[in-house]
Amino acid sequence: MLLISCPHCGPRAEIEFAYGHEAHIARPTDQEKLTDAEWADYLFMRKNPKGVHYERWVHARGCRRWFNVARHTVTHEILAVYRMGDPPPALDR
Amino acid sequence: MVESYRRRSPLASFGLPARAAAQSPEAVADADLQLGERPHRCQINLRGNPQDGRFLEAVRNAAGLALPTEPNRVAAAGELKALWLGPDEWLILGPGGRETELVGTLARGLQGQHAGATDVSEARTWILVAGGRARALLARGIPLDLHPREFRPGHCAQTGLAGANIILQQTDDRPSYEIGVTNSFADHLWHWLERGAIDYRVAISV
Repeated sequence: MLLISCPHCGPRAEIEFAYGHEAHIARPTDQEKLTDAEWADYLFMRKNPKGVHYERWVHARGCRRWFNVARHTVTHEILAVYRMGDPPPALDR
Repeated sequence: MVESYRRRSPLASFGLPARAAAQSPEAVADADLQLGERPHRCQINLRGNPQDGRFLEAVRNAAGLALPTEPNRVAAAGELKALWLGPDEWLILGPGGRETELVGTLARGLQGQHAGATDVSEARTWILVAGGRARALLARGIPLDLHPREFRPGHCAQTGLAGANIILQQTDDRPSYEIGVTNSFADHLWHWLERGAIDYRVAISV
């Protein structure tokens, strides 16, 4: 069980949250120029790091707001929680 | 608007008023847990930007409430309460029957603003869990720390209990808790609470 700090509600149990997968994937704006490979990359290809993963969570059973989390995929340590729209924090791990 | 005389509470099938009337005074005095339903409340979902002074003022004028901006807090004014549900969302609670008038007053006051007031009184009922064993019973299903150093009267939270999404608020130090639960989950949650309280001396409170 992870203890996740919702930016609004503070630390809450993982069962109150839903996972939203990798963060910072921007929809391409020049869509008519994209090749099939580039579309496929945007749609399907995701990072699967052994280390820090920047991902989205929603406090589904609490305040129902989305936010970003930097989580270490080996230790499950949550290294940072930051708002939607903020750039990923620089973490030296 | 639902005509009040046709309203039937989600827990009506449990016959709680009759059970409460059949209890002996000794059993009530001896109880270490009170369970009961508090149905048919005025419930209004309010959305708006708390950084906008016009929004806060409009709510203050319409309902007499200063909305809590600190997360998971309750503000009270007279017979009305405002529960923090999100950074731009509140639940206004009041006695049943006020919802139509209040949602109209709020809507008029908020006209022209990017804000909204919605009557959700029919969405959920409220269950009372009070007394010396209340904290122990809720601890069997709620992942929150309800110790008084963390959760006190005037605090509220949204969380899960027995698979149902709930709104929890503490109303006094007995301690008394009130659980807001959608009508469709109320029957299930009442069963869970009564079964969970099987070791306690329960009194039905109406």
